[in-house]
Amino acid sequence: MLNQILRRSIAMPFILLGIVTMAFLLTAITKGDPLTAVVSEQQMNNPEIVAAARQRWGLDRPLPERYLIYVGNLLKGDMGTSFVTRRPVSADLVARLPATFELVISAMIIGSVIGIVFGLLAAYYRDTAVDQSARIFSLFGSSVPIFWLGLALLFVFSVKYQILPGPGRIDPRLSPPPIVTGFMTIDSLLAGNMTAFRDALAHLVLPSIVLGWTVAGTISRLVRANMLEVMEREFILTARAKGAGEIRVVLRHGFRNILVPVLTVISYSFAYLITGAVLTEAVFAWPGMGSYAVTAARSLDFPAIIGVTIVGGTMFLITNLLTDIAYVLANPRVRLN
Amino acid sequence: MVGGLVVLIWLIATLFPTWLAPHDPLTIAGRRLQAPNATYLLGTDALGRDVLSRTIHGAQHSLPIALLVVVSAVVIGSAAGAISGYKGGIIGAAIMRLVDITLSFPPILLAMAVAASLGPGLRNAAIAMVVVWWPVYARLMRAQVLEVREREHVEAAVAAGAGHFRILTKHILPLCWTPILISATMDLGQAILLAASLSFIGLGATPPTPEWGAMISDGATFFYSWWIAFGPGMAILTVVLGFNFIGDGLRDYFDPRSSK
Repeated sequence: MLNQILRRSIAMPFILLGIVTMAFLLTAITKGDPLTAVVSEQQMNNPEIVAAARQRWGLDRPLPERYLIYVGNLLKGDMGTSFVTRRPVSADLVARLPATFELVISAMIIGSVIGIVFGLLAAYYRDTAVDQSARIFSLFGSSVPIFWLGLALLFVFSVKYQILPGPGRIDPRLSPPPIVTGFMTIDSLLAGNMTAFRDALAHLVLPSIVLGWTVAGTISRLVRANMLEVMEREFILTARAKGAGEIRVVLRHGFRNILVPVLTVISYSFAYLITGAVLTEAVFAWPGMGSYAVTAARSLDFPAIIGVTIVGGTMFLITNLLTDIAYVLANPRVRLN
Repeated sequence: MVGGLVVLIWLIATLFPTWLAPHDPLTIAGRRLQAPNATYLLGTDALGRDVLSRTIHGAQHSLPIALLVVVSAVVIGSAAGAISGYKGGIIGAAIMRLVDITLSFPPILLAMAVAASLGPGLRNAAIAMVVVWWPVYARLMRAQVLEVREREHVEAAVAAGAGHFRILTKHILPLCWTPILISATMDLGQAILLAASLSFIGLGATPPTPEWGAMISDGATFFYSWWIAFGPGMAILTVVLGFNFIGDGLRDYFDPRSSK
């Protein structure tokens, strides 16, 4: 295992180059003319304007040359200029990443807590109504279209009963706190602005539940399966024989022993949350990387599409590698082999 | 059982939508934005079309596309995985590196990039989904082939002088299909979800196609008329649940260990 991680770390730069190449080539097969994103329909009839725009955006050069230029610029941290925002793609992404991370982390916390609790209950009350409910809850999470669940919850909790705020990260009437970490909740705390903090936190609730639900199911299934195995072991019997209370038996003796697989599935789920965030952000008008990707794809903003795909792929790759490393560190049997 | 029944109902809706749908999905049936009532059980949309009929007709877009995508992904992925697992060598390694790279993208981002480049439309969305999906089966099939290849009956076949093609198709592949089948059933549901997601974003079906994701997107525009999105949302939920139930059942049947 350790060997394998070493090999994969060495392979990382090559896979990253592969990601960049693939993102670049896939968008080069386009049938639509990316110029329509920058030149108005009327101007498209004017060959001079079209030629000038083609030259300005470098679209008149052959593909291999464009690729080399792109990779060269990328090494300097330059991902080109967005057709839509007319700002550097890298600056756009840096500005939007914290919003995505804030959503994903909060969804991960909610998803893990719900998943673990449901998994423990399902295992403890195996083959009862509790177990069945947990199973249905988990199947629902992996079957529901996340964008529809988001709309439904928005309608019920924000429009109908007005318990929670609508889309966005913070009430537009409040002035957002100065950006330090980019996390709206932490920044408002740092600024000592409790009104903004409460509002930002309330805005996080619905999207985090929607997103967290998708992974809560997977986590609860895994917790259940592992707990069933552990609870049959002899040390559980010993603990009970020594008179330990049921809660202590389940948590200290049972759950503690399945922590490694649970932590592994939670960190893998991080990568899936990044995927789910794209749709969640689109529904909740969350100004993160996902909604940026959606806008870019809709308006054929190719520099932005390539940039966001590369960043998403890199994040995916790094989280998975870190998970494997953490797995080795947490598991002495794997570590010593 | 329940899963099979739900999927069966949706299959009927796919093949014979006019049997079930009370109205035409494309023509304007009544006043716009009517809440559900006796004539229009799920209400009417922003143009006055019947939501229930559009939802029923939506099945003939979502189900065949999901089937087409999963079958193409299984065929391409299995072929690539089998070659890579059986032959190995430079070609095998090259295939697996391509698989590694494709799988290191968040699926929806990659599908969005491909769909955007190809232009909107369900056909292009389907191509984008195959691009994202085949590596999953390549990896699965390769692992299977690597394991089966070492078994004794294969050795016997080699000793008997069978050719590579015959060994692969007659002695190895028949033993590899179970996990692929289970995974493909589950993926039918996931393919419906992904296709709807792409349409919701605006990269799949184009109007006036009654596609579920596109209908939910309409519903988001007319947010206060909640019934526009209710029908298609329930449609996706039930059909995906159905496929997941069947997949779960298949797994329990073929691999009793996992059901405990």
